[in-house]
Amino acid sequence: MSKSPKFFDEMYGRTNTARPPYAEYDAWFQTQDSARLREKSEEAAALFRLTGITFNVYGNEEQGERLIPFDLVPRIIGAQEWARLARGIEQRVRAINAFLYDIYHRQEILKSGRLPAHMIAENAAFLPQMIGVEPPGGIYTHIVGTDLVRTGEDEFYVLEDNARTPSGVSYMLENRETMLHMFPELFSQIKVQNVSQYPRSLRRSLCACAPPACEGRPSLAVLTPGIHNSAYYEHAFLADQMGAELVEGHDLRVVDGRIAMRTTQGYKAIDVLYRRIDDDYLDPMNFNPDSLLGVPGIFDVYRAGGITLANAPGTGICDDKAIYSYMPDIVEFYTGEKAILKNVPTHRCSDPDALKYVLDNLAELVVKEVHGSGGYGMLVGPAASKQELEDFRAKLIANPDGYIAQPTLALSTVPILTDAGLAPRHVDLRPYVLVSPDRIDITPGGLSRVALTEGSLVVNSSQGGGTKDTWVLED
Amino acid sequence: MLGKTAGGLFWMFRYLERAENTARMIDAGLRISLTRSSAAESEWNAILRACALDEAYFERYTTTDGAQVVDFLLRDMSHTGSVMSGVEAARTNARTVRTALTREMWEAVNESYMVLQRVLALPIAQRDLPRILQMIRQRTAYVRGALHGTMLRNDMYDFARIGTFFERADNTARIIDVKYYILLPSVSMVGSPSDAVQWDTILRATSAMRAYQTLHDGDTDPRSVTQFLMLDGRLPRSLAFCYNKILDNLRYLEKDYGERHLCHDLAQQICRRFEVYDIEAIFDYGLHEFTNDFLRESAQLGRQIEIDYRFSE
Repeated sequence: MSKSPKFFDEMYGRTNTARPPYAEYDAWFQTQDSARLREKSEEAAALFRLTGITFNVYGNEEQGERLIPFDLVPRIIGAQEWARLARGIEQRVRAINAFLYDIYHRQEILKSGRLPAHMIAENAAFLPQMIGVEPPGGIYTHIVGTDLVRTGEDEFYVLEDNARTPSGVSYMLENRETMLHMFPELFSQIKVQNVSQYPRSLRRSLCACAPPACEGRPSLAVLTPGIHNSAYYEHAFLADQMGAELVEGHDLRVVDGRIAMRTTQGYKAIDVLYRRIDDDYLDPMNFNPDSLLGVPGIFDVYRAGGITLANAPGTGICDDKAIYSYMPDIVEFYTGEKAILKNVPTHRCSDPDALKYVLDNLAELVVKEVHGSGGYGMLVGPAASKQELEDFRAKLIANPDGYIAQPTLALSTVPILTDAGLAPRHVDLRPYVLVSPDRIDITPGGLSRVALTEGSLVVNSSQGGGTKDTWVLED
Repeated sequence: MLGKTAGGLFWMFRYLERAENTARMIDAGLRISLTRSSAAESEWNAILRACALDEAYFERYTTTDGAQVVDFLLRDMSHTGSVMSGVEAARTNARTVRTALTREMWEAVNESYMVLQRVLALPIAQRDLPRILQMIRQRTAYVRGALHGTMLRNDMYDFARIGTFFERADNTARIIDVKYYILLPSVSMVGSPSDAVQWDTILRATSAMRAYQTLHDGDTDPRSVTQFLMLDGRLPRSLAFCYNKILDNLRYLEKDYGERHLCHDLAQQICRRFEVYDIEAIFDYGLHEFTNDFLRESAQLGRQIEIDYRFSE
C-alpha cells in the first residue's frame, strides 16, 4: 500500500506493520483473495438496496434514492484508545447539558465573562422561548453525535458537537449487520464490542425522561418530515427497532393539553416524541409560521409538561460553530476540569484581526458557515481552485460574522478496498451518545465516514463520502 | 395503530392487486389477438374499459393498437393503472408504513419493485411478454406469501387483506360489467365461435379458466360463467368470496377494537345481496344494473372504511 508520511494511517501507522488493534484483522486480510472481497463488496451494496438503506440528496430529487457507499475494511479502535475517548466524550456531553441549562436559566457563564453575552443574545440558534423552561428529566440533549477526527497516535479533535439532531446511527447498526452477515468468521476470531443494543438503550433513555403528564408506561413516537426527507430510512428504522410509532405532523394534534396521534381508534396521547425535524419547523404557532411539518401548539404543550421533546428545542446553539470555539472554556466552567478532548483552533471571522488572518491565509484554511452542516457551504482551502478562493473571499468580506476558519487538519487515514488493493483514505468518527437523568451511554464505535476520493478531506455522504463499520475491540 | 398506517396498508395491497389484475388482463388480451386478429381491437378496448383506463388511454392515443395498449398498461407512469405505477405506488405506501411491515415483507415488495423496474425500463417485445407477465404474477404472489408467512394476525393484517379483496372484487365486477352483453343469454349468440373466445378472455382475466373447466366438464354457457364469477364461494376472485373475506376482516377489527362502525353495516348489506340473489334473480334484475349497483356500493364502502378508521384527517 502506498502511504503518504504526512498522514497518520490507523491500520499501518507510518510503517508497514499493522498497528496492534489491526494486527489480527491484517493477518486475516492477508489470507483473503481480493477477487472474493470485491464480490463481497457488491454483495453488500445489493444487501443495502434490498433493505432500503438509501438516502435522498437535497436538490437532486430526480435522481431518487441513493446508496451511501460502504467500504468493507473495518475501522478498528483498541479498547484503551476507546476508553480515553469515551471519558472525553462523556465530559463534553455533561458540560453541554449544563451549559444549555445555564444559558436558558441563570446565565452564570455570561455573568462570569467566560462567554461574551452577544454570543448568546445575537445568536439565531438561541431560542428565547426556552428561557425558564424545565425540560423533563433536566435533559436537553438526549442524543448527541460528537464528530471526532484523529491526526496521530494520541491526537483526537472534536470537529463538531451535533447536539441538535445527529443522524447516521442506522448506518452504524446496518454496517455491523452487514459485516456480521458477510464475514461471520471474522467476528468469531476477533472480539468486537456489540452495538446492537443501541435502539433498546435509546428507548430506555427517552422513556426515562417522560413528562409530568405521563401516566403509566410512556408512549413513544418518532416524528419525521416524511418519506421525502433524506434521512427517512433512519427515522423508520429507529421507530421500528424501538417499537415506537412513526408519525408526521399531520398525524398529530393537541387534544386536552396533550399531543395526540390519530389512530384507527381515535386520538391517543404521546408522552415522548423523538423529533427529527428542526426547531424552526416544529410549531407554526410558535416558530416558523409557514411550516407544514410541525404541530400547531406543540411548544405550549411542551412548556406545560405535556410532552417530552428530544432533543429539547434550543439545543442547536451548541452546534453553532462560533460557540464551538468557546467549548474548552465551557467544559472547564461547568466541570471544573480541563477538557480531555481537544478543540480545533478556530478563528472567528467576526473578529477583525481574525478576519485579516483568515483572508491572508485562505488557501491553507478550512472555512465553514457558523450555522452550516452536512459539508454544504464550506471551503477547503488547499483543495480549492483560484476562482473558488476568490468567490469565498468575497463572501467572507460581505458577511464575516457568518464564518469561522480552522487550520486544515492532517486527518488520519484508514485503508479502503479499491480495484488496486488497499488504499488510504481520510476518515472521521461520529460516536453516538445517549443522555438520561441517571446515566450516559456511549455506544462503542459509531459511524466512520470516509472520503472515497484520493486526497479528499470531505467525508460527508452528501458530498460523495462513504461509510465503514467501526470496531471497538474488547479489553 | 395510526390511521395513516391503516390507510397505507390498505392502499399498498390495493395497488399490488391492481398491478396483478392488469397483468392478467394483458395476458387475456394477448391471447385473443394471437388467436383472432379481427376481434383484437374491440377486445383491447374492452380491456381498457375493464381496467377503467379507456379515458386515460384515448386522451393520449387515437387508435387502438395492441403493442401500444400493452405498453400503456404495463409501463406508462403517467397514470396509476399501469403495472409499473401500481408496483411503485405499493412500494411508496410500504415505505410509509415501513414500521408496520416485517423485514421479509418490506424486502419482498422492495425487491419486486427493483426487479420490475429493471425489466420494465424499456418497451417489452411481444416474444418476451408471456415471460414478463408471469414474472409480475410471481412477484405479487411473493409479496402475498411474505404477508401470510410473517405478519402478525392483528389489525394490520386485516387492513392489508381488506385492501386486497376490495380491489379484487372491483376488478372482477368491472370485467363482468364490460362483458355483460355477451354474458346475457341471447338466442342468436349462444354457441357461436365468438362466444367461446369471449368467455376465454373473461375466465383468463380472472384466473378461473381451469377451475371453471374442471367444475363444468368443459361445458361453457354464459349463465354458469356468470354464476361462477359472482356467486361461487370457492373461487378466490368471485364477488361472493371477496366480500365474505372483507366482512370477516372487518369483524375481526370490530372484535379487536370493540367498536362497530357504519362500514360493517355496508359490508354486511353487500354480502347479503350475494346470499339473497341467485343467478336467475340477478338476470331478472338485470346483470348490468346489478353490477352497477354493486360497484356503487363498494365505492361507498371504501370511503366509509377510510372515515371509520381515520385514514386521513
